[in-house]
Amino acid sequence: MGKTISEKILSIHSGKDVHANEVVVCKIDFCFSQDGTSGILIDSFNKLEANKIFDNKKFCMVIDHSAPSPNMGTSQIHKKMRDFIKKYKVKLFEIGCGVCHHIIPEYGYVKPGMLVIGADSHTCTYGALNAFSTGMGSTDVAIGVASGTNWFKVPETTKIIVNGKLKKGTFSKDLILFIIGKLTADGCTYHSTEFYGETIRNLSMDARFTISNMAVEMGAKTGIIEADKITWNWFKSHKIKVNKKSAVYADKDATYINTIEFNASKIKPMVAKPHTVDNVDLAENLEDIKIDQAFLGTCTNGRLEDLIIAAKILKTHSINSRVKFIVAPASKMIYLKAIKLGIIELFIKRGIAIVAPGCGPCVGTHNGIPADGENVISTANRNFKGRMGNSNANIYLASPATVVASAIKGKITTPQRFL
Amino acid sequence: MTAFKISSGNAIKLSIQDNVNTDYIISGRYKFRIQDPKELSKYIFEDIDPTLSAKINQGDFIVAGRNFGCGSSREQAPVALKAKGISAIIAKSFARIFYRNAMNIGLPMIECDTDSIDGGNALTLDFEKSKLFNNTKKIEIKINPISKTMKIFLENDGVINYFKKYKGLKIEA
Repeated sequence: MGKTISEKILSIHSGKDVHANEVVVCKIDFCFSQDGTSGILIDSFNKLEANKIFDNKKFCMVIDHSAPSPNMGTSQIHKKMRDFIKKYKVKLFEIGCGVCHHIIPEYGYVKPGMLVIGADSHTCTYGALNAFSTGMGSTDVAIGVASGTNWFKVPETTKIIVNGKLKKGTFSKDLILFIIGKLTADGCTYHSTEFYGETIRNLSMDARFTISNMAVEMGAKTGIIEADKITWNWFKSHKIKVNKKSAVYADKDATYINTIEFNASKIKPMVAKPHTVDNVDLAENLEDIKIDQAFLGTCTNGRLEDLIIAAKILKTHSINSRVKFIVAPASKMIYLKAIKLGIIELFIKRGIAIVAPGCGPCVGTHNGIPADGENVISTANRNFKGRMGNSNANIYLASPATVVASAIKGKITTPQRFL
Repeated sequence: MTAFKISSGNAIKLSIQDNVNTDYIISGRYKFRIQDPKELSKYIFEDIDPTLSAKINQGDFIVAGRNFGCGSSREQAPVALKAKGISAIIAKSFARIFYRNAMNIGLPMIECDTDSIDGGNALTLDFEKSKLFNNTKKIEIKINPISKTMKIFLENDGVINYFKKYKGLKIEA
């Protein structure tokens, strides 16, 4: 009986021949937590009385969600994390290092075929590198940290095939928003999703991370993409050693619960309207909506390619005077590269506020909480009411190009004419 | 398994039924500031209805629609609900991470068609027998089978006790 990528990875890590809906205990290759989840993780780890970490090279902590700390409560959590990593000799990515979902791959912790768990729902991002990676809660990851194992229900898999060329002004963010709009917020609950087709194969690694990152917004456990030349080149360019034999491909006769095909050439710039991610519409239908704040960053779209797209547009355009614009580069490395390329200087000259690499205002704790009645256009992955810290504000999600175009016009705008 | 063998309380039907995300259960602005679960529980559902938490009594049931607990992996969401004294969450379906988190801390979840439950209805849950009654309407509500894994974790009042008792995870099926 053929297997999906998830069935194969979970079979290898459990030492059993398993298929969808079986429950297995698997060995974990890597796990991590961030400052929003580490407090409970440390408490749970202590309650487990394991007293040791299964492998201090296979666990790290990242301070990214509220970094630098905006208040005393958060500072206490950060201190608790620093004390923990000293005691157990694990790697901590300090304030300013960047968003966990960018730096963990960037530092070479994730490779094809791996099983990764993270105390953050967007851990599914590393599916772009052909890993089975999934978000869990703090106690679940604490079990991983203590024992190097956790239990998994082998997921059924939804196969998503995308063919056709993306139009000018349309990016992987538009594609995944379109797909989420069609499949809805719980369309893939407890499924693994596998992405195939020429459109996916032609996406850069930065663009693929955006796709895998948002799989959880359809309820999926992970969003996996096959490893190919682009994957291997990405590892090479980051100076990460990788064995091509570690790549995992689905069997031809694998069983999928659903197979859904999309034509990328028909997709236009998309926007997720308040207050759910699946509430998507064409950007062109929303052109009367005024924008008060724009945000470029996050684990979805804070990568170098995203900053380059923004810079390309801003080179010849100014931001509307009524719009506050915030940029959070996804990592320190990206920040440095953007400085070298002159992107940061351009952003500053255009009046953009650059905040420390990290989650920025996405989680609503600092760095740009909107006022009552304000409309925000953001490259993030969630637009829930109150997400950015004020339940009386509205969040619209779009691609970096649409966010920048909208900031220039002061209202939601399609980006084609600026590219 | 002790406290929740049989539990009774009123239905708290949320004004938003489907896709109640963990940001709505407990906002990101509180999860960093407040570490004490009891204190955190004062702010549950604030972005849906700021007055709701004060109206919830010990033993009440949260009643929702599809995809309850979607979004962020924050364990503070089930932790705050448990600290509030919620007997169980009754929903049409649950999002995956929340489902695991709630199970892990010993907070029961019941999947069923919730349309026949109105806000304020008196409910009784017999967890052992997998039966849910709407006492106000004098009907039994058919619930989906409770998974073996959830039963195991709830019987041990959470995965931590289970892990310590069995010295690791032994559940496979």
